[in-house]
Amino acid sequence: MAKEDIQAVMEVKDLSFTYPEAPGPTLKKNNLSIYKNKITALIGPSGCGKSTLLRAMNRIHDLYPGCQYGGKIELLNPKTGQMENLLDLKKENELIGLRQRVGMIFQKPTPFPMSIYDNVAYGLRLSGLKNKSELDGRVEKALKDAAIWKEAKERLKDSALGLSGGQQQRLCIARSVALKPEVLLFDEPTSALDPISTAAIEELITELKKDITVAIVTHNMQQASRLSDYTTFMYLGDIIEFDKTEKIFVNPSVKLTEEYITGRFG
Amino acid sequence: MNRLLLNKVVLVLSTLSALIGIGFLFWILITLTYKGVASIQLSTFTHDLVEGGIRNLLVGQFTMALLATFIAVPLGVLAGIYLREYGEASKMTSVIRSLSDVMTSAPSIVIGVFVFALMVEPFGTFNGWAGVVALAIMMVPIIIGTTDNMLALVPKELREAGIALGGSKKQVIMQIVLKAAKVGVTTGILLSFARIIGETAPLLFTSANNQFFSMDLTDQFPSLTVSIYNLATYPDEASRELAWAASFILTAIVLFINLVGRYVTRHKK
Repeated sequence: MAKEDIQAVMEVKDLSFTYPEAPGPTLKKNNLSIYKNKITALIGPSGCGKSTLLRAMNRIHDLYPGCQYGGKIELLNPKTGQMENLLDLKKENELIGLRQRVGMIFQKPTPFPMSIYDNVAYGLRLSGLKNKSELDGRVEKALKDAAIWKEAKERLKDSALGLSGGQQQRLCIARSVALKPEVLLFDEPTSALDPISTAAIEELITELKKDITVAIVTHNMQQASRLSDYTTFMYLGDIIEFDKTEKIFVNPSVKLTEEYITGRFG
Repeated sequence: MNRLLLNKVVLVLSTLSALIGIGFLFWILITLTYKGVASIQLSTFTHDLVEGGIRNLLVGQFTMALLATFIAVPLGVLAGIYLREYGEASKMTSVIRSLSDVMTSAPSIVIGVFVFALMVEPFGTFNGWAGVVALAIMMVPIIIGTTDNMLALVPKELREAGIALGGSKKQVIMQIVLKAAKVGVTTGILLSFARIIGETAPLLFTSANNQFFSMDLTDQFPSLTVSIYNLATYPDEASRELAWAASFILTAIVLFINLVGRYVTRHKK
């Protein structure tokens, strides 16, 4: 393998995580790097903790009180070039800032009950953008980036709830992309969609990695191998193996990984 | 054989029960319409009670109900938001929730007595504000209940999506969650309004009644329902006819608000 210029945007170091009132930790001493402008897939059987790990990366867990983190998740500060531990963030303001930098797309499309335009403008307005023409420009750019501009441009003022499931999911991606995040986290973004919509989203994610670093949780092994540059295999809260996607799928180092990928359990 | 027989017996019994229930309902509605419509004249709407009309009563009843709504809606909606969005971790939440449920079915006369002790006795006179507060007390738990339930129907992913876009909890609740639950919350408010507009007991010894047109809430205040209660017991034919007319109009109003509530739920989803 030729030497590539890779830089870690996020470093998960000895991360453990416990849900409130759970008997034990869901994540145990996880270590993982998320590389810049690469797609990292998180795979593993249900309940292995991959979504939990993803949801730690933008601290969305903190919406529910009583979650406990251990270890570190470091995020590259593009201004200083320093890695900063995002688990140190305490105040609501700091967490809001983090989520503007690390966006998230969910399994079920989550359009807000407002117009298509307002959906995309929502995060921008929250971040303090008020100028109408600038807002228009950013909304258009985001919809184009998410490959939904053609379908949406005639109906920007219509309710977003009238879009199809696949369009709604692309709208949600547009909404996140509009904020120009450094990292986008996808939590099984296509598991509620039909194959054609799925293909569109996959193509879109591949497009996005030019500007944005991506981490994606998926149950679909083909999706992981098609899309990702790196793959992490998780099992029962542990990271079993983390490597380049070809390596994981062609020649995994750990027997458990091979058994999962070949469908012998999971 | 036994199963089929049992099926028939249950079918006959339940059909019979339904017919009896519906029969009484229609009996009431038909009598009310028959006697009510016959007693309505134009002067019923243009004259006050003292002259044999219900103009002041309608205005009074609506004034109190609307003021009660202005008090109860913010209290009820905000309390509902607290229970569903903020109180989740607190042990108080389930206590407040069940207390509020109990309040929904509290006898309205008890609320009347409570407000009497609080707002009538100290001032020595029946007054409109006491009626307003009594009605508001009846409304609050209903609105808390519907708001709480409607917010529960909003998927948690919607909240998470708002948070993930950099919203604060407050912004997400006010701008997204409440918007998603808007139809249900509005319907709850409408139905609670329909519920209190026809109440007599909470007004009986709070606002009492007034034969004359009045907008002075510090004094006895005209009420449609209390008037029906009074008029129906008077011996003269004219009073009883007016009671029928007023009952019919009140029923029509309540029915109308209920229909609007249903329409909103069905067509705004």
